[in-house]
Amino acid sequence: MAELKKQPELKDYAEQIRQCVKCGTCHAYCPIFDQERKEPLVARGKVALAQALLNKETEIDARFMDNISKCLLCGSCSDKCPNLVPVEEIVAASRREIARRKGLSLFGIGLSTTLKHPLLMKFMARMGNLFSWLVFRKVPEKSGLRLRFPAPYIRRDRTIPKVASRFLRDSHPEYIPGEPGKPTVALFTGCMANFMYPHIGEAAIDALKLLGMNIRIPKDQGCCGVPALSSGDGAAVDELTRRNFSAFNRLEADYIVTVCASCNFGLRTNLGKTGADGEGLAAKVIDIHRFLVEQGIGEKLAALPAREKKIRVTYHDPCHLRNQGITGEPRAILKALPGVDFVEMRNADQCCGLGGTFSVYHYDLTIKIGAKKAAAIRDARAELVATACPGCMMQLLDSINHAGLPNRVCHVLELVAAELKSSR
Amino acid sequence: MFTGKEKEAMLEKSILQKLEKIVGRDNMTTEKSDLICYSFDATQQRFLPDVALYPRSAEEVGEILKLANRERIPVVPRGAGSGFSGGSLPTMGGIALVLRRMDKILEIDEENLLAVVEPGVVTEVFQQAVEAKGLFYPPDPASLKFSTLGGNVAECAGGPRCVKYGVTRDYILGLEVVTPQGEIIHTGGRTMKGVVGYDLTRLMVGSEGTLGVVTRIIIKLLPLPEAKKTMLIVFDSIRGASRAVSRIILGRIIPTTLEFMDSTSIDVVRNATNLSIPEQAKAILIVEVDGEEELLEKQAKRILEIVAPFGVLETRVAKDKAESEDIWKLRRSISPSLRQVNPNKFNEDICVPRSKIPDMILELERISREIGVPIINFGHAGDGNIHVNVMVDLTTEGMQEKVDRALEEIFRATLSLGGTISGEHGIGTTKAPFLAMELNDPTIKYMRIIKQALDPNNILNPGKIFGFSGNE
Repeated sequence: MAELKKQPELKDYAEQIRQCVKCGTCHAYCPIFDQERKEPLVARGKVALAQALLNKETEIDARFMDNISKCLLCGSCSDKCPNLVPVEEIVAASRREIARRKGLSLFGIGLSTTLKHPLLMKFMARMGNLFSWLVFRKVPEKSGLRLRFPAPYIRRDRTIPKVASRFLRDSHPEYIPGEPGKPTVALFTGCMANFMYPHIGEAAIDALKLLGMNIRIPKDQGCCGVPALSSGDGAAVDELTRRNFSAFNRLEADYIVTVCASCNFGLRTNLGKTGADGEGLAAKVIDIHRFLVEQGIGEKLAALPAREKKIRVTYHDPCHLRNQGITGEPRAILKALPGVDFVEMRNADQCCGLGGTFSVYHYDLTIKIGAKKAAAIRDARAELVATACPGCMMQLLDSINHAGLPNRVCHVLELVAAELKSSR
Repeated sequence: MFTGKEKEAMLEKSILQKLEKIVGRDNMTTEKSDLICYSFDATQQRFLPDVALYPRSAEEVGEILKLANRERIPVVPRGAGSGFSGGSLPTMGGIALVLRRMDKILEIDEENLLAVVEPGVVTEVFQQAVEAKGLFYPPDPASLKFSTLGGNVAECAGGPRCVKYGVTRDYILGLEVVTPQGEIIHTGGRTMKGVVGYDLTRLMVGSEGTLGVVTRIIIKLLPLPEAKKTMLIVFDSIRGASRAVSRIILGRIIPTTLEFMDSTSIDVVRNATNLSIPEQAKAILIVEVDGEEELLEKQAKRILEIVAPFGVLETRVAKDKAESEDIWKLRRSISPSLRQVNPNKFNEDICVPRSKIPDMILELERISREIGVPIINFGHAGDGNIHVNVMVDLTTEGMQEKVDRALEEIFRATLSLGGTISGEHGIGTTKAPFLAMELNDPTIKYMRIIKQALDPNNILNPGKIFGFSGNE
């Protein structure tokens, strides 16, 4: 197997850190700064902290860790940074540096233990809730798990999706042949579409079938590594990346499509840091909406019969698609659906507030950011909020519930699948 | 490491306790990792404060200043910390007075065309709020998406639209100010006219936080112009372009903006735009006019006629908002793209009388040639405010000396043409060494007497404008 490089260390970012001229542009785009107005919570503050850490000007004390932990890794800042400073990478590297010197947080340990072991993850999921080890309602009093994860991190007023009765990868073959001459597409399911929202994966399969694609769904694929990246567990990121490399490299697929924006970001950037082989594979990773539009799903949808009754739908931009410039494609698909009356919402491109493991530590901030989103949803007067990321779906639903709104949340692909089904 | 003089001791615990009593525990920090984030501004220098405070009212600011004045603690007011001259740097340590939490738009008075705001309101947020009511606040510093109105007042910020509309000071009707002794005073008011006593509003605007802390601002508004029209004019020489600028003004037309880019600026943004720019382009003017729809067409035509004899290669009049945006993107891409030339940027904001722009451009070309450093020029040609960027690689031996020499020559040339060494960034720390080049001794003395009289203990933003030696 190819030699894969490890995740870079903080010192490898010394030059990019130097590129930050502290102009302050990031103030205008950071969802956390928007709430708190404190300099340590915005990109240039964190870059200054990373710089101070590299220069040995500061200790890693509690406040330092808290400041570095208050970042959604949404990339809104680096997106608009005049000097293209990769802030989310610098923050992730700072968290790895903290973990290296101080050890992983208990939450980080629990998370990476789960994510790194597919069987444990399945077991957890079978318990009824993937995050049940966090709430401990289902873990026996004397369980070792309970000792390892000794704090209730998830609040009870938080909406967490239920785990599916059948997991996506378990219920589909590894190969679904398509039309001859059509590209081979490997489906990266991601954890949420595998364990919690398998119907999103099924919708993806339906859409790919519609275009006659040859589909591969390797069973030995794993987590994209975003939660581990977010919690600073470099070793876990490396291990997960190795696993995904071996699961997908041998397939020789033309494309690796993702149904989750964060998985797309995680898989692509983590593979991209492992050297030439990884970069080659990373180049094949593509968001399914962009892929479908490129492959001409527009024509297929245009051929569907018109509908009299339409449902009003708005769209939330997941950060990890927006910062690749994938904003038009999901909207194009929605607008092409005969049953959809598309309407824009205010600040559709602002982060939902989930941010990897951020919301676990800083749920109060997540709620504040979510409240702003919920207000925009309410004002858009749409029945449905569609998005392109299961993580955002979970967070949007939570925000809507906190605001007491009647809206429903779905994935763009679900609407595509529903339309295809009803027209059959 | 952090620069600045070694402090004898951190603030005493009893003082910190008193400060905490004033603002509350959540609005104060002495944690090193927080203070690091209040140690810098856009000049990239770093000085650690001893404590950062987030006051929420003029009364709290007053209490803080009373205590600081009694205990002789430096106080540095801070908005977004995005200044280019070091105005918000805590060069002597002490208190970083962060005014971000005083961020309310208190009132938009449509009958009297004014607004009342707290200093922490972000400029663009304010502009959007008044524009939603058909009103207009013209000053538009490049940092408007993140700079605060308090910071704009302290530095007297400008921007492209100032050619026609003037700078921040032209829109400030009155202020609430906390004095270095912690008293709350009021300058100006809600009327367009007012001559009672000294014009303290004008004294405060641009005083860089050295005379008082602004806690409330009364702002004059204009009706929002109905429409605007953006033009891009490409020239075959910088001289042609700069003469065209003078002719437009001579033609009794004052555009909303009149921006220019030299040939290096054009080169660095060629790839950042989807507009095709002729190979031979040596200078570009971006001209915008605003007002009533019908008049704009006429004005645009007139401007194109005026500039025609000066080597125009191409003109483009934006048909819609998207095309106008494309043109502005060209201008906005310059600053971020400058690093293609060299890693270190020395950005000066000199200003000369408009008619002297052609001469100044010639001088800049000469200095660049003679000293052997790339100098890239762009900016607000319409009001003579040129952004002069000396782009170098400081790791090259002897480069700092060359830069110092180039800057001094640039300032000398500016002054000999009747200009000023800072149009809109302020003096702060970065230009303090050059103050005496522009102002004669009695003038500096006069200013220092004002500072000493108002702030005898020199607690407010010490070391700024006059330099360290000027503040004893």
